[in-house]
Amino acid sequence: MVTAITTMGRSGLSDWLMQRVSAVILLAYFLFIAWVVGNGVDYDSWKMLFSQTWMRIFSLGALLSLAVHAWIGMWVVLSDYVTARLLGAAGNVLRFVLQVGCAITLFTYVVWGIQILWGY
Amino acid sequence: MLQVSLYRYNPETDQEPWTQEVEFDSGGKDLMVLDVMEQIKAQDPTLAFRRSCREGVCGSDGVNINGKNGLACITALSETVRDNKLVIRPLPGLPVVRDLVVDMSMFYDQYEKVEPYLQNSSAPPAIERLQSPEERAKLDGLYECILCACCSTSCPSFWWNPDRFIGPAGLLQSYRFLADSRDTATEQRLSKLDDPYSVFRCHGIQNCVGVCPKGLNPTKAIGHIRNLLLERAI
Ligand code: SF4
Ligand code: SF4
Ligand code: FES
Repeated sequence: MVTAITTMGRSGLSDWLMQRVSAVILLAYFLFIAWVVGNGVDYDSWKMLFSQTWMRIFSLGALLSLAVHAWIGMWVVLSDYVTARLLGAAGNVLRFVLQVGCAITLFTYVVWGIQILWGY
Repeated sequence: MLQVSLYRYNPETDQEPWTQEVEFDSGGKDLMVLDVMEQIKAQDPTLAFRRSCREGVCGSDGVNINGKNGLACITALSETVRDNKLVIRPLPGLPVVRDLVVDMSMFYDQYEKVEPYLQNSSAPPAIERLQSPEERAKLDGLYECILCACCSTSCPSFWWNPDRFIGPAGLLQSYRFLADSRDTATEQRLSKLDDPYSVFRCHGIQNCVGVCPKGLNPTKAIGHIRNLLLERAI
């Protein structure tokens, strides 16, 4: 059995499942937003919508799903193309640096998102 | 005249691989690609490739023909040749030993990992372990694999992680034993597959399904393994 410590759940099955579940949440969220925008919004109705707790939780759920989805997806892409097999020993270092970059970016988005959702 | 391009590389004499261009006269016959290779080799005995049965049974002459993996002995010119061009290269993703002969060690290592033999912890019966026709039918589409490696060497996930991803051929065989009513090692087998690479590197690209000369469907078998892992975990 191959081990990999930089995955999400460290089991291929849990990563796979999380990838699917987060995709469904994201799809539901963007369809909902598209529907709201499609029905016409102005500043007041938009602010109304986002002042409701369920909408904030739904948005936070979508944001966390985005982070999980992106993390797993980037891990898969990086461990395909940025590896010691393709780039020599530097490949592992570069992949680690890129993963840290991903982690910082996603963490920033989540914190910033919470600030926006609960800050106004 | 058929324009044949052959990948050539002899590590003892060549600095790097080169392409040999040959004008070939098939005499208007719809030959198999292997016949063309044999006739070229008769003129130029330095050309190296593997073959044995010449009828799609042994799996030794898997090569890349006009960009698609297949067995040279059962691929007819009429199926593959367009604009009079025939390009023959070794199976992609494996180290070349010489010309069209590749080193299959990585492929066999993955095959070995799935423990491709029957495991049963109960005492053997006096004559044989019986199976109902329905149980036997579950092995159809699995046991026919001839290990030609056409599928695994067309799979991008196998190219990038041949040491960690078992690949379509190995996984098809893995499922062949998971599905066998006489095998009792299901749990041990599954517990070795639950990491992020062995099975889950398959992204359903389905290159493997399109090239199998036996018409087998490794993607479907991989889906069954995933479902078994899911059922076991839920
Ligand atoms: S379906 Fe899976 S095993 Fe088959 S070629 Fe695609 S990634 Fe490889
Ligand atoms: S599954 Fe098909 S393509 Fe793959 S090794 Fe077996 S016979 Fe060859
Ligand atoms: S020579 Fe045996 S399969 Fe082609």
